[in-house]
Amino acid sequence: MIEVQNVSKSYGPVHAVKDVSFSVQKGEILGFLGPNGAGKTTTMRILACFMPATSGTAKVAGYDVFDQAMDVKKRIGYLPENPPLYMEQTVRDYLRFVAGIKGISANLVQQKIDRALELTSTTEVSQRIIGKLSKGFRQRIGLAQALIHEPEILILDEPTVGLDPAQIIEVRELIKNLAGDHTIILSTHILPEVEQTCDRVVIINKGQVVAEDTTAGLTHKLQGVSSVRIEAVGDPEAIKVVLGSIQGVAKVTHTAGAYMVESMAEKDVRGELARAMVKNDFTLLSLQSVGMNLEEIFLQLVKTENGDGRIEA
Amino acid sequence: MRNFVTIFRRELNAYFVSPMAYVVMVFFFALASVFFYLFLASFLQNQQMIQMQAQQSGRFQPVNVNLMLIRGLLMNLSLISLFMIPMITMRSFSEDRRNGTMELLLTSPLTNWQIILGKYFAALTLYAAMIGTTLVYMVILFVYGDPELLPIISGYLGLFLFGAALVAIGIFVSSLTENQLVAALVTFVVMLLLWLVGALGTFNSTNWTQQVLQYLSTIEHLDDFVKGVFDTRHLVYYVTLAFFGLFLTYQSVESTRWRG
Repeated sequence: MIEVQNVSKSYGPVHAVKDVSFSVQKGEILGFLGPNGAGKTTTMRILACFMPATSGTAKVAGYDVFDQAMDVKKRIGYLPENPPLYMEQTVRDYLRFVAGIKGISANLVQQKIDRALELTSTTEVSQRIIGKLSKGFRQRIGLAQALIHEPEILILDEPTVGLDPAQIIEVRELIKNLAGDHTIILSTHILPEVEQTCDRVVIINKGQVVAEDTTAGLTHKLQGVSSVRIEAVGDPEAIKVVLGSIQGVAKVTHTAGAYMVESMAEKDVRGELARAMVKNDFTLLSLQSVGMNLEEIFLQLVKTENGDGRIEA
Repeated sequence: MRNFVTIFRRELNAYFVSPMAYVVMVFFFALASVFFYLFLASFLQNQQMIQMQAQQSGRFQPVNVNLMLIRGLLMNLSLISLFMIPMITMRSFSEDRRNGTMELLLTSPLTNWQIILGKYFAALTLYAAMIGTTLVYMVILFVYGDPELLPIISGYLGLFLFGAALVAIGIFVSSLTENQLVAALVTFVVMLLLWLVGALGTFNSTNWTQQVLQYLSTIEHLDDFVKGVFDTRHLVYYVTLAFFGLFLTYQSVESTRWRG
């Protein structure tokens, strides 16, 4: 659905985006993750035909974003970083205007507005002036604007910014429900968002893609080692010796009542750990596998990203 | 066409939802009224003097309302317009650029021309409505006097074309900046230069440059219209200036895509 090949964008000597390539399949939610100023917005603006790339090609729904911009624009819904709202209009008037410029035929306008309002739970404010609404409502009206014409592709630049926790969950659910019919690409610098909503993730830093994989795959690939967290009652030194003697265990550390056991990723040592503990008469309180979460991966990638930090998916 | 109408209607609504349209129209009408009063007072005084002379000499000459009153009034309206047009056009693109709504317009299936012409004609409509308020005085003159209709029609046509050209320039300046105040000030200065350039011509000694400078002046072309003389040369001038302004706007909008 979306194919980006070696896209670069520079403002004079400054490279905002450098040689970015990735693709999104139909019905997928792709998370675009990176710290602020990493080039997420620039990439999305290129995909939305707001600005052309300096080099490289990008295709959306099979159309080139530069040569066939009009065809692309008909098929995308785009929510920019700042929701593009006319503050003096009422919500309904605004959506009627958007419906007009998106080319929705006149007899369907009313119905599509109602649908967009309902999806974003903004029906209650439909008669109010946008300028008088809270940031959360404005953000949701921005979202309503992006999906009013039921586009094949949604490009959402930080869709949950400015929302309260309950609304964030609501919007994430909405985005998940929209996937399938729609292909979605969303950017964020909030990691749990990607873990919770996206099928795949592209991590971008300083204008370059540093990782691209499925959310689960990325976690798996980067682990290398797996950790098990054990809580137990007994002499810490003795426990450490027992745990350390098991084959495959690389390192045992003891902190704040819990033991972290690191082992090679390929081998699951949990069963042996439990047996060893019971055999040696220690009271085993809990035992759980601790995966590295995206946050740690992200920080690791962004930190080690000097020169060729790209991890092949 | 439908896209153009959608943009046009939103732009026009925006003028009337904000106080801007009312401020511009009321302000213009108030100034126009002052000028109307002054012209009328001096006209009546003149008329009295002429009548007195006529009684002494025994020959009665009717006073020409068109020449003595309307012509001066319409020329003054164009001067007031110079102050109002920047207020009409300043928000046109500047507001969209500041609000981020430019991003919505440029990523929707619209052509640049639909956006530009929608905004242009909305501004021009407000300008026409503003000029139109003074028709009240023309009605008064017809009720109490006997002016000629054709010079009035051609005078208002001239004012409309004058506005059509300057609004295009104002829209262009607005497309260059996010700051409405800067847009208004620059527009005003550009308009003033285009107005004064004709006066420069008269001080110049060589005939050739004088003619060029006078041709460039927006006001020189208005004079004939107001006198009731319809000359296609003037029509061509205003229409060309309007197209030039819109062409520059197109270039400017297109380049925002590249500059980002």
